[in-house]
Amino acid sequence: MAAGFGAASRFVLGQEGRITVVKAPNDRPVIAIPDLRGNGAAQQHMAKFNEALWTDVESSGVLKMAPKSMYPMQVPQQPSDLRTPSSPTENLKGLALNDWYQPPASAGYLAYGYTAVTGDQIVLSGWLSATNQPSAAPLLAKRYFGPNTEEGARKVAQEFAADIMGQFGGKSLMGTKIYFVSDRTGKKEIWSMNYDGSEQKPITSYNNISSFPALSQDGTKIAFTTWREGTPQIYIHSLETGRKLVFYNQRASMNASAEFTPDGQGLLFSSTAGGGSAQIYRTDLNGGNVRRISTNRAIEVEPRVNPKTGQDIVFVSGRLGSPQLFKMSMDGTDVVQLTPGDGEAVNPSWHPDGQKIAFAWTKGFDIGNFNIFIMDVASKQYVQLTHGAGRNENPSWAPDGMHIVFSAKRGRTTQIYSMLADGTNVKQLTSAGNNEKPVWSKTALK
Amino acid sequence: MKRQFVNVALTAACALALFGTACHKKTVAAAPLPPPPPPVEQPKPAEKPVISSFTAEPSTVVKGSPSTLRWAISGASDVSIDQGIGSVQASGSRQVYPSNDTTYTLIARGVGGTSSMTVSVRVTAPEAPPVTQPTVTSRRSASEFLSQEVQDAFFDYDSFSIRDDARGVLTNDASALKRFFSDDNYTGTAIVIEGHCDERGSDAYNVALGDKRAQAALEFLKGLGVAENRLKTVSFGKERQSCSEQTEACWQQNRRVHFAAQ
Repeated sequence: MAAGFGAASRFVLGQEGRITVVKAPNDRPVIAIPDLRGNGAAQQHMAKFNEALWTDVESSGVLKMAPKSMYPMQVPQQPSDLRTPSSPTENLKGLALNDWYQPPASAGYLAYGYTAVTGDQIVLSGWLSATNQPSAAPLLAKRYFGPNTEEGARKVAQEFAADIMGQFGGKSLMGTKIYFVSDRTGKKEIWSMNYDGSEQKPITSYNNISSFPALSQDGTKIAFTTWREGTPQIYIHSLETGRKLVFYNQRASMNASAEFTPDGQGLLFSSTAGGGSAQIYRTDLNGGNVRRISTNRAIEVEPRVNPKTGQDIVFVSGRLGSPQLFKMSMDGTDVVQLTPGDGEAVNPSWHPDGQKIAFAWTKGFDIGNFNIFIMDVASKQYVQLTHGAGRNENPSWAPDGMHIVFSAKRGRTTQIYSMLADGTNVKQLTSAGNNEKPVWSKTALK
Repeated sequence: MKRQFVNVALTAACALALFGTACHKKTVAAAPLPPPPPPVEQPKPAEKPVISSFTAEPSTVVKGSPSTLRWAISGASDVSIDQGIGSVQASGSRQVYPSNDTTYTLIARGVGGTSSMTVSVRVTAPEAPPVTQPTVTSRRSASEFLSQEVQDAFFDYDSFSIRDDARGVLTNDASALKRFFSDDNYTGTAIVIEGHCDERGSDAYNVALGDKRAQAALEFLKGLGVAENRLKTVSFGKERQSCSEQTEACWQQNRRVHFAAQ
């Protein structure tokens, strides 16, 4: 039984400093989604359509999928196919909503419909009904249009899925992008892809080492670290024009691991500008108005600002010896240790609610064998999501607050995976070369 | 010799004759050669010793190897060799072990006077590795110099302190870098100290750790008097691994500072 990290982030603070995730209740709505069929030329893309529809609804985490093997023999394609049984016990083999409500399907909801081709468009007619209210109007009745291609079929499926999830408080990730680092061309470059792994495209072509991407909250700018000029320096690109923006790096042997402030006006990063170990700095977006935030002799990297308050910075510091997570205010005061000190704790990423972080930790494993954890920052209580399946690093929250994308080396190569924030529904999104350091855009870019 | 001269003269005569009549070797007879002069009767010398030979074989030795002196003298009443050898028989041999280039003088005394002869033995140093010969150094490219003379220094996990073994390595590197910087062939070439980490720590932390390793090596070299203005540093974190296996030996190989020419 999957543990649920529900839409309302229902986790209870348990004993022994751990978050006890509430068991997914059977109250999670159950939905049946039989395969939809296409009329004539629309049928050719229906395999992709049905896969996308199922995957998106399933990975939303807000619904439980009734298994297809339990479905009745007949499937309604539109409301006019539905019959009303003459008695409560009459079985119409699927043509009555009650047939889907009863065991073995036991689904509270049924999504159904069909596709057809009009000109060069694929048209989806989709409905969602509550199976125990046969006389009520469908919860959802809508037409969706897209080009009659595989891409178009996937698009209308994802839009239908988004509307279904919306009925249950789920947010669709459709239109969100994941930025990441890939070496598939032989050199590390910044790449982008859709939230489901489709349309993987290069953002940079510097033919050097370009890594550590960070995204502005509005999704219009990307900052990263590149060795193009010899030493690690920060570059910022506009994602609207594709051009490099002006950013003056500090005179330092290292300027790296950048992060935008939530208001989009500033950049935090780690720099050796003051001599000694790398420390946390803030500048304006062009590199001006520099301010040193941390003043420590130890290495301090990966500053990440609370997206809700714009105040607290979670960062990684070596001040206790091994790298651990700490929190401080924007002026470097009120330093709080978050992780207890065992193993190495790195790669913090704020949940959109500004209360939790995901991070990577070697707790209980050998050096280098990271797993993904979530911590409630106020209580410092945590829960482990991955369990020793290779190296798991660099988690980043999806804007729905329910999904996490991360990179993992589970074979010979490092690849990018997404999962629900309870560790279930793990999906591999990349396969070419090595792919790492994913960041999920917080808004959909049109 | 004379015969040759005659031929040259003959040819020259022919060449001159070309301007007048044809040159006919057969018909134009050369002037007959003058007879050789009669041997001059030297007055018999007094009974001065004759040194018929004095040799050193071989005449060049590697330091520590012997050379054999041989001599043959007639008409001497007393024969001696210097360099601490002293009186010797009129003919004989002696092994010597010179430590530097040495000239041996043989003196033969007789009734009629004294004769002497010298022989030299050249001594070479034992063969040294070619890298220490400056003549070879100057012909290498900067990166050849670095790969042959400057070694990587290694670090403990999550540490940038210079270990004892790294102190030894960096001390040797310092003297090699001083030679590099004083060599006219490398004028204008800077040395980049690269800091590297093994693959286990996190990426971002390792960039900062590699920076500390490179800075630590820089400080150590500065302390030994290496010219700071030609040293630069860069951290590659774990972006450039020299070894990719999952073993401690391999991880150790990656936790290093490496030197590159720029």
